[in-house]
Order: sequence, then C-alpha cells, then structure tokens
Amino acid sequence: MILQGDKIVRQYKHKSGVINALDQVSFMVEKGDFVTVTGPSGSGKSTLLLSMFGLVRLTSGTVIFNGQRIDDCSDRKLTEIRRKSVGYILQSFALIPYLTTIQNVMMPLALDRVPAGEQLKRASEILDFVGLSDRMDHLPRELSAGQQQRVAIARSIVHRPAIIMADEPTGNLDPALSLEILEFLKKINREQHITIMMVTHSPVAAEYGSMKLHLRDGKIVIRNS
Amino acid sequence: MTITKLVLLELWKRRSQLITGLLAITLGIAVIVAIQSVSVVSEQNVARNLDNLGANILVLPQGASIDDYYTCDIDAPTLPMDYVERILTSTISGVDNMSPKLTRRVKAAGQDVVLTGILPKSEIASKPLWQTAGLIGTEIKTACAPDQAANQSHGMEDEKLKRKVIDTLNFNDCMAGSQVATKLKLSANSRVNIMGKDFRVVKILPETGTVDDDRIFANLKDVQQLLGIENQVSAIEIMGCCNAISEGLLGQLRNILPDTRITTIGQIVSTQIETNQLMKKITLVMLIIIFFVGGISIGNYTWANVNERKREIGILRMMGAGRAVIYRMFLLKALLLGITGGILGYLLGTVAGVVLGPYLAGIAVKPVYLYLLWSVLLAVAISVTGSLIPTWLAARFDPYNNLQED
Repeated sequence: MILQGDKIVRQYKHKSGVINALDQVSFMVEKGDFVTVTGPSGSGKSTLLLSMFGLVRLTSGTVIFNGQRIDDCSDRKLTEIRRKSVGYILQSFALIPYLTTIQNVMMPLALDRVPAGEQLKRASEILDFVGLSDRMDHLPRELSAGQQQRVAIARSIVHRPAIIMADEPTGNLDPALSLEILEFLKKINREQHITIMMVTHSPVAAEYGSMKLHLRDGKIVIRNS
Repeated sequence: MTITKLVLLELWKRRSQLITGLLAITLGIAVIVAIQSVSVVSEQNVARNLDNLGANILVLPQGASIDDYYTCDIDAPTLPMDYVERILTSTISGVDNMSPKLTRRVKAAGQDVVLTGILPKSEIASKPLWQTAGLIGTEIKTACAPDQAANQSHGMEDEKLKRKVIDTLNFNDCMAGSQVATKLKLSANSRVNIMGKDFRVVKILPETGTVDDDRIFANLKDVQQLLGIENQVSAIEIMGCCNAISEGLLGQLRNILPDTRITTIGQIVSTQIETNQLMKKITLVMLIIIFFVGGISIGNYTWANVNERKREIGILRMMGAGRAVIYRMFLLKALLLGITGGILGYLLGTVAGVVLGPYLAGIAVKPVYLYLLWSVLLAVAISVTGSLIPTWLAARFDPYNNLQED
C-alpha cells in the first residue's frame, strides 16, 4: 500500500454554515495503481486530491503515505515529501510563463538541488519521452494546449516521484488530445511504475483507472477495483 | 536551473516594473549622495577658513578670565608648562597645533609694551597670516576637514609628531608687532631693551589687525627667565579641529587638565559647529525620510509583484518549494534591486553634486568614493527592509487558493 486515507474530513466555514467538502472518506491505494476519482462539481474530488499532501489541510482524519502518517506533519516535512515523492498535473497546466519548456521541467530538480548537468540530462530525456525534444527552448505561450500539458506531465515525473496527483489533466483539451494525454499517463503508470491518482469529469478518462472512486457530497459512494 | 536564475529571468520578464522600483531607490540614494557630497566639501571649506583664523581653544588658569588673557596684568594667574606635555602624551585627537604663551605688560625702551613668550614654530603655525609674510615656509594642513583618510591613517606617533613644539627662536632674539615697532621705532636687526635685557629684533611682523600688532614676541624660556616665572605660562592656545570640538574635544581636554579653564575663542567656532550640526541633522532627517519613502515604495512594488505571482508561488509550493525558497526569491530580488539602485544612485548623486555644487554652494565638489559603499549598503537596507513584509506574506500564502487563481 502506498497511500491510505482514513475517515478524512475537510470542512469549510461559510456564512451559511459549515460545509463538509470531504466527509469521512476512507480509501487505500496500492503501489502501481491507477486511481480515478469522479463525481459531480463540488463533490470534493479536487479537495481530496490536494489534501493528501498538505496543499489543503484536513479538518480531521488520517493520511498514511509509504507507511508513514503524514496528516500531522509540519509544513516543512510535507513540502519535502511533495518535492521528492509527488508529481502534480493540473487542468490549467500550471507552467511558469517566463520559463522555457526545459526550464519548467528542470524546476522540480532545481528545488531538490540536483546539479545543473544532471538536471539538463534528465529533463532532456523526459522531454524526449513525451515527444517534445524539439520544443525545449519554447515558452509555454508558444506551445499548443496538448504540448503544454505534456510539458506539465514531463515536469511531474522528472524527479521520479512515487505518485502523481492529476487534477482534471484533460479538462482543457479536446477529445483527441485528451486521449493522447491519457495514453501518456497510462504509459507512465505501466513503464515507470508510478502510481497515479487522477480526478476527472470524463467517463472515458475514468475508464483508464484500475481503481475507481466516485464521490458525491464529500462521500465515496461507488468504489470499483 | 537555480533559484537565482529564476529570479533573474523574472526580473528580465517584468523589466518595465523593475525600472519603476529601481527609479524610486536610485533617486532616493542620489539625493542623499548629492547633499552629503556638497555638505562635506562645504564643511571642509569652512574648516579650512577657520584654520586660517588661527587658534580656537584657550586653556587658561582656573581663576583667570578672558580679560586677564588680554590685559596681561603682572599678577595674572599662570598654569604649569607641564600641561603641554599632558596634552602631547594623551590620546586625544583633533588638536592641530598648540602654542603655550607667557604674556606680561612690561617696560621696553621706557614705554609700556606687552611681551609674549612663545615657542616660535608652533606660534607661527597657529597664525597663518604671519606665514604668508614668509617667516616660515610650511603651510598648515587643515585637520578640521571631515573624512580625511590621510588623517585617519596617522597613528598616535604621527599625531604626537604633528603636535610637537619646536624651539627655534634663539635666546635674546625677538619679533615685534607692526604697531609696537612703529611706536618704538624698531626695524629688523635693531636692538631693544626690555626690562634691562637687550634683545635683537629679528623680524618686524606684518600687520594683522589683532592684539598681536602691539606685542613683542620672544622665546618662551627667555621670557620665563626674564619675568622670573620658570615653567609657567599664561595660556595655551590650541588650534583644534572644529569637528573634534563639536564631538567633545573640550570635554576631553577638561578631563586631562581639570584645574584649568578651557574655552573656545569667539563665536566663530560655535557658529561653525552649529552649522555643521545643522547640516548633519538635515542629512539625517533626509536619510530617515528617504529610508521610509524608499522602503514603502519598494514594499509597494514587491507587494504588487507578489500579487502578480500568486499563482507562480502556488505552483512552486505545489512542486515542493519551502517557505525559504519564497523568501530567497523575493529577498534576492530586493538585494539585486538594492545593489543596482545603490550604484546608480551614487553615480547620479555624485554627478548632481559635482555639477550643482558650484552653483548652489559656490564650491567645487569631488566624488567621494567611500559613498559608493554606503550607497549600496543603504539601498540594500531600504530594499530588503521594504520587501520583508510582502515576502513574509507571500511565504504564508495558502498554495491551494493560489493555484485556483488563473
């Protein structure tokens, strides 16, 4: 088991009262799983994904990653776990606009203080893997949406994470590009043995999961594996 | 890829904003450098003029008054000659020259004159008007000029050497002031009888318009013997550096000569001290204003930059950038801004001082290279201090909320 959530609760205070974004959510993810999380808007999918490694703090509940409880870790420790073990892919690509393709991909390595030569070598290999070796010096605005998402994927795996957290990675792409990205993720999952947890609206994307969770009103209502 | 490279790339990408921030700090530093450059040269000029006026501190016996000093009564109190040695062997700095004197009203050629015993070289050095007459060839260097690296580099030995009094006026020789020379019909190489002793007049001093014109000057030891007052003097005239006076030279002298009366001569010194202190206060006020205005400008610039980069901060935090990385990003930028602003401000301020100095203060201003260091340090302090609060807030942003902003 690589990731486990136990009775996870995330509450938001609103003027109309307390909102339960996540309500007693429990699940287990095995190493090498491809987990898809579906559900209607506001069901708590993204909150679940982002709360696993401290981007959203939980109200209560337990998160265990690689056998270690992390929900009560300090910000510094959670930051270190994200830097070394987690890759993120977001719907909006989340690339830094003034960095070139290769500079964006090198950023996780830079944050981990990997030597410059090693950064360049690994980023070049990954960009070759995602088919963007001819776009290394392009700025994000000079790339298509599909290319930008492939850069984001390259950035999420360049530091060889244990798990990728993907929040609607195909949400901004047309169906053809969506399939291309999903195939990439599948390839990463199979060839690099990286566990993937992906939030999606798309039933097609959801079918890529070896384990499927469906959320409604902050609760898991369907669980298939 | 490094955080430093990220900062440089971001600076280049938003260079139009950078210019605004840089301008605020550059202009602030330029104003300070220009004011300081002009005021320092102005102080040096006034100090040099003050030096030309002669001694500015009087050490008198405890019970003596300024009137005693000028009337030179026969029973006026005296103080020990050893006090000169006390000053010489002290660590006090700012004493440019010393002139111990014994002055008494005596009979010369049957008439009342004032006889003053002096140690000639120091006496002449303290009266620049006499130097111009060619009595002594050395020019006095002003010690009052502030920030003189040369003065600072002198060790204690040099200070003592500088103050050392040298007796070169021979026994039985004297010099006569212009008025007394006319009154007694004296000329160079003529002789005059003072209290029964013959003196050779070696020089008639040029007119100075002071009490010295009515005096006959002889070797101090000669006069002490003649008057029967061995190892005593009426006063010690000191040419003190005006900055040193304002910084407590009088108090230091009083500490080592407790049983004396120490005073400054005339209003000139106090006026100069007041002027210097006023300039310093104005510069300090300007400095404080510029520190706050500059700091607020940079803070505003950094806060705008932080807001513009909220999403980027969120992305970096998501990828595992700790708060220290966020601090490094913004404070490194502030540091670069400070260094650049400091250098540009120094250059602009120096050029402004050099160009405007002659028009505004009637003085030629030269670049003070030491100010480059101070400019950079001040600009960095303003820039980093101004950026601290926005950076602190940026490091505490919730990564999730910032990632939602698009």
